[in-house]
Amino acid sequence: MSKSERELIVRKIENGTVIDHIPAGYALHVLKILGISGKEGMRIAIVMNVESKKLGKKDIVKVENIELSEETVNRIALIAPTATINIIRNYKVVMKRKVRIPEVIEGLITCINPRCITNQPREPVTPRFRVISKNPLKIVCEYCETIMEHSEIIRQLIGE
Amino acid sequence: MKEMFAGRDVIRILDFDREELEELFNETDEMLRYKKGKIDILKGKVMALAFFEPSTRTRLSFQTAMLRLGGSVIGFSEVRTTSIAKGETLADTIRMLDSYSDVIVIRHSVEGAARFAAEIAEVPVINAGDGTRHHPTQAMIDLYTIRRNFESIDGLTVGVLGDLKYGRAATSFIYGVSKYRLKKLFLISPPLLKARREVIERLKAQGVNYEETEDLEGIISELDVLYVTRIQKERFPDPTEYEKVKGSYRITASLLKDAKKELIILHPLPRVDEIANEVDRTRHAKYFEQASYGVPLRMALLKLILAGE
Ligand SMILES: [Zn+2]
Repeated sequence: MSKSERELIVRKIENGTVIDHIPAGYALHVLKILGISGKEGMRIAIVMNVESKKLGKKDIVKVENIELSEETVNRIALIAPTATINIIRNYKVVMKRKVRIPEVIEGLITCINPRCITNQPREPVTPRFRVISKNPLKIVCEYCETIMEHSEIIRQLIGE
Repeated sequence: MKEMFAGRDVIRILDFDREELEELFNETDEMLRYKKGKIDILKGKVMALAFFEPSTRTRLSFQTAMLRLGGSVIGFSEVRTTSIAKGETLADTIRMLDSYSDVIVIRHSVEGAARFAAEIAEVPVINAGDGTRHHPTQAMIDLYTIRRNFESIDGLTVGVLGDLKYGRAATSFIYGVSKYRLKKLFLISPPLLKARREVIERLKAQGVNYEETEDLEGIISELDVLYVTRIQKERFPDPTEYEKVKGSYRITASLLKDAKKELIILHPLPRVDEIANEVDRTRHAKYFEQASYGVPLRMALLKLILAGE
């Protein structure tokens, strides 16, 4: 990417968030996590399948006038584990961080095993998963030990 | 040494290492002396049985073990007559038993129920079977039986036969026996009932020399230990498929003619017809001996968990 191109994509935003280094093809999933359909009115730039030194190809999502909650960042990590989050204020990157996949995921995902204790109605139990692989993302239920793949996690998070 | 077990939950055989199992087995050797007697080391202790799923053998075995150790037993063995039938949650039932007892033994059809109970209860929780997942005390008995019959479990060739997908005894046995350096582990089942993915991934990660096969006859001559479990008709969408499969996994005297002299056959019991009665009279049949270790091993386990406190 040329310098002017990068400026176009990353810098030219007054206030908001740039989510960079999204694996190619996942930008729309990330927008879905943000709950953005495009009808909300804020300015959004979606860049897909551009060259990246680290990833080969990557997507970028830039949204004006929002900053993300911790829970949203955690969800993005599960969809796009390589993503970096840049918070822009007054045209400047004031914070840059990598999303992080936690060792243990609590509450965001439900177990696919219907016979798991975490799927029993009324029992006071929060689903809890241990991450057994980060790339590709693979998790295991701490209660029934069912293994779940990234595709299933994505399916649950974006509701498709 | 007692600290390894004192106050500890028993949820999965995977949570115990060889050294701990060895301690348990040595204690079981001791307890064999009290198989028909009594030793008052758990006097005043109360064991709560929470059997949400019916069981005769496992429940009576735990109960007998506690009584022979001088302790007492409370609990229920079916949910129809209890407050659970009125809609009480597992969590609330466990809280109640936790306040009454010193140890809780739970069997439940829901997977992960024992771990959940252990998170709620202050007292130790022993898993007596959770759905298709774990049955750790059965695996301990199985390993103990092998240890009584061979100098070492290391170096043996072991076959596990039957329903490896839904069978918790088979699954726990696979986990248990994989703690040892087996020469080879055969997983023998119809394709529909192959071991679950998480089991296979664990075997791979541990570098276990294993092979999945449908052909019992082809490998019977290699085995030192054959662990037989039942294949349930309900697991097959097509009943004719079940009938086909059933015959090829039945243990008969003629199947055993190629077996090693030292081969031992184990079964968690109860059996239906997966082992022919004629096999009972052969030197290979060790399933009744195996069943006889149920009480002493559970005595040893209860002693190690409770007596140190
Ligand atoms: Zn689960």
